[in-house]
Amino acid sequence: MKLYEYAAKEIFSKYDIPIPGSSLVSDADGAREAARKMKEVVIKAQVLTGGRGKAGGIAKASSPEVAKINAKRILGVSIKGFPVKKVLIEEYREPLKEMYLGITIDRKKKCPVIMASPHGGMDIEDIARNSPEKITVVPIHPLTGIHEYQARMLANSLDRNKAPELIDIIKKLYGVFTDYDCQLAEINPLAQTIDGIIALDAKMVIDDNALFRQDFPEEENGSPEETARKNGMSYVGLDGDIGCIVNGAGLAMATLDMIKHYGGEPANFMDVRAGANAQQIKTALQIVSSNSNVKAIIINIFGGLTKCDEVASGIIDILPELEIPLVIRLSGTNEIEGRAMLGKYGIHMAASTEEAAKGVVELGHPDK
Amino acid sequence: MGILINKDSRVLVQGITGKEGAFHTKQMIDFGTNIVGGVTPGKGGIEVQNRPVFDSVKEAMDETGANASVIFVPPQYAADAIFEAINSRIELIVCITEGIPVHDMMRVCAYLKTSSSRLLGPNCPGITNPGSSKLGIMPNPIHRPGNIGVVSRSGTLTYEIVDMLTKNGLGQSTSVGIGGDPVNGTSFVDILELFEDDPETHAVVLVGEIGGTAEEESIDFIKQMSKPVISYIVGIFAPPGKTMGHAGAIISMGVGTALEKIQAFEKAGITVAESPSGIVRSLKSIL
Repeated sequence: MKLYEYAAKEIFSKYDIPIPGSSLVSDADGAREAARKMKEVVIKAQVLTGGRGKAGGIAKASSPEVAKINAKRILGVSIKGFPVKKVLIEEYREPLKEMYLGITIDRKKKCPVIMASPHGGMDIEDIARNSPEKITVVPIHPLTGIHEYQARMLANSLDRNKAPELIDIIKKLYGVFTDYDCQLAEINPLAQTIDGIIALDAKMVIDDNALFRQDFPEEENGSPEETARKNGMSYVGLDGDIGCIVNGAGLAMATLDMIKHYGGEPANFMDVRAGANAQQIKTALQIVSSNSNVKAIIINIFGGLTKCDEVASGIIDILPELEIPLVIRLSGTNEIEGRAMLGKYGIHMAASTEEAAKGVVELGHPDK
Repeated sequence: MGILINKDSRVLVQGITGKEGAFHTKQMIDFGTNIVGGVTPGKGGIEVQNRPVFDSVKEAMDETGANASVIFVPPQYAADAIFEAINSRIELIVCITEGIPVHDMMRVCAYLKTSSSRLLGPNCPGITNPGSSKLGIMPNPIHRPGNIGVVSRSGTLTYEIVDMLTKNGLGQSTSVGIGGDPVNGTSFVDILELFEDDPETHAVVLVGEIGGTAEEESIDFIKQMSKPVISYIVGIFAPPGKTMGHAGAIISMGVGTALEKIQAFEKAGITVAESPSGIVRSLKSIL
C-alpha cells in the first residue's frame, strides 16, 4: 500500500524527522485559510504516483489569494489518471542543496538496503541509471539493524559537515522502515536549508502482507482493485475485452500471455489466490463482468488448495444473472466433481490453458 | 532418486489441524508420503488421519524422529513456525503459506544462514518426487515418475506444466516450486545444482516470471550445466509498474520484465518456450 505524502509525513513527524509545517486541505478556500498562517507556501497535489512536479501538481504561492488560485487549479486536474482530491499546503523552504535518502529491500541479498546520494531531486532515477557510483548503497543485516558506523558512512557520503544531523535522520528513517513494515521509505529531496536539514518530500510503501499488524485507515474508492483485495483476491485492470479469472499469479500471467498469443487482449488480471471458495468465485465474476468492455470471460483453475467443486458452485450461483459467455477450464483437486456439476449448463469447457485461451478469444471475437 | 526428498523422508505437518493442513495431510498420505505426525500448539494429544498431533516441533521430533516439515500455518504465525522448525534442526522445511510479511522473511532468511536447515518457499506448492514422496499441495494425479526436473516460481502454473509433461509421456524426477515471494529460502540455482548432480534427472524445465532477477541469476550456472534446460517465462502482457498478484512480480527500475528475461536467456543460448505445449515440443526434440 502506498501512502500519501501527508500520511508519510505524519509518521516522520512522530519520529522527529524534520518536516516543514503544513496543512492538508480539500478545497481552494481551505488552501487560502491555511496559507494565511504561513509566509510563503508550496501547494502540493496529494496523489499516489510520482512525477507530479513535472505534471504541474506543485506550485508556489507568496500570498493566500495566489494559494487559493493555485489550489483551485491543482484540485481540478488528474495526474497520470489520479484525480487530485487533496492538496498539502506547506511552508516553503528554500533548498540550498537537494539530497536523496531511501530504504528498500534487496531481493537478491534478502535484506534492507539504504541508499544515499548528494544529488537528489527530480532526476534521481537518471542518476541511478547513468551514474550509479554517485549513490552509496549500504545493506543492513535484518537481525542486527543499522549500526552507527553504517549511518556514519551514509551521512558522510551526503555531507561530512552535517554528519551528526544526517546520522540522526538516517537512523530514524530506518526505524520507520522496520516499524511500519515498509517496502520503501524515501526522502527525496532531503534538503539543506538555512534552518537545517529537512525532508521536503516523503514516500512510503507498506507491505500489503503486513497490513494485519499495521493500523492504516483504508480509503475507500469502490474500485474493482479494492473490492477484489477486500475479498482476498487481486485484480489489475487492463485495456482489452477478455475478462480473466485464474487461480495463482503465475498461471494467471501465462493465461494472459496465451490470450495475447491467440490475438486477444485481456481486460484484466485476476488472481483468486489459493483456496478460493464459492463466494469468492461469485464475487470475482461480479467484478470482472461489471467491466462493460468485457465480451467473454475465461475461468482457468488448476486446483491445488482450490477445489474445483467449490469453483463450480460459485459459477452456478451467478450463472442466471450473467450475460457474458464463459470458457471454463477446471483441473486438479476435485475436478471430476466440479466438471460434473457444470455439465448440464452447456458451458464451453477446455482441458488446458492454451485451449481455454484460444476458445475465449474465438468467443469474444467471432469475426476472427 | 530425484532431489531433496525420498521414501525415507519422515515428515511433520505444522498446522495439521487447520482446514488446509488436514486436507493436504490426507492427500500427501495418499501419495505415499511418510507423514509421521503434526504440530498445532494447544492441540497436542489428538490425532489427524491417524497421525499424532504435538504441541511443539521439539516434542514431535523427539517422538517421531522427523527430518522434514511442511508448514500450513496462517501468515501471522508462519515466520514463528519456521523459526521453531529451524531451532529444532529440521533438515528440510517447506512453507506453503502465502502472505507472510517480507520483513519477517528477511529475518528468517538471515537466521537460516546460521543453521543447517533448508527452507523451500514460502508461498510455494512444495516439492513432489513421483513414486516416492510429496511435501506440499501439488495435485496427486498429475505426476508420473520420469527424468524431467521441474523448477518454478509459480504454483498452479507448475501443475499446468507437470500435467502437460505427464500427458505427453514425459515423467518427472522431481517437481519443485521455490515460491513467488520476493524473499524466499531456496533459489533457482540451488535447485539447478541438485538437478545437475541427480542421475535420474536428464533435462530441466525452469519456469520463471516477471519481477526481480532470480531468473537472470541462474544463467551463468545453466551455461555450465551438462544437462539441457528449457525455460518458460510468463508476464509478457504485463504493463510496467503494476503488481500481478505475487509480491515478487513487481517490475521496478526497468529490471525484471518478461521480455528482458527472455532476451537474457536467449542471448545465453538457453531455449525459451513460448507456451506450455512449446516446452513439450522442445523437450521432445532434444531427448
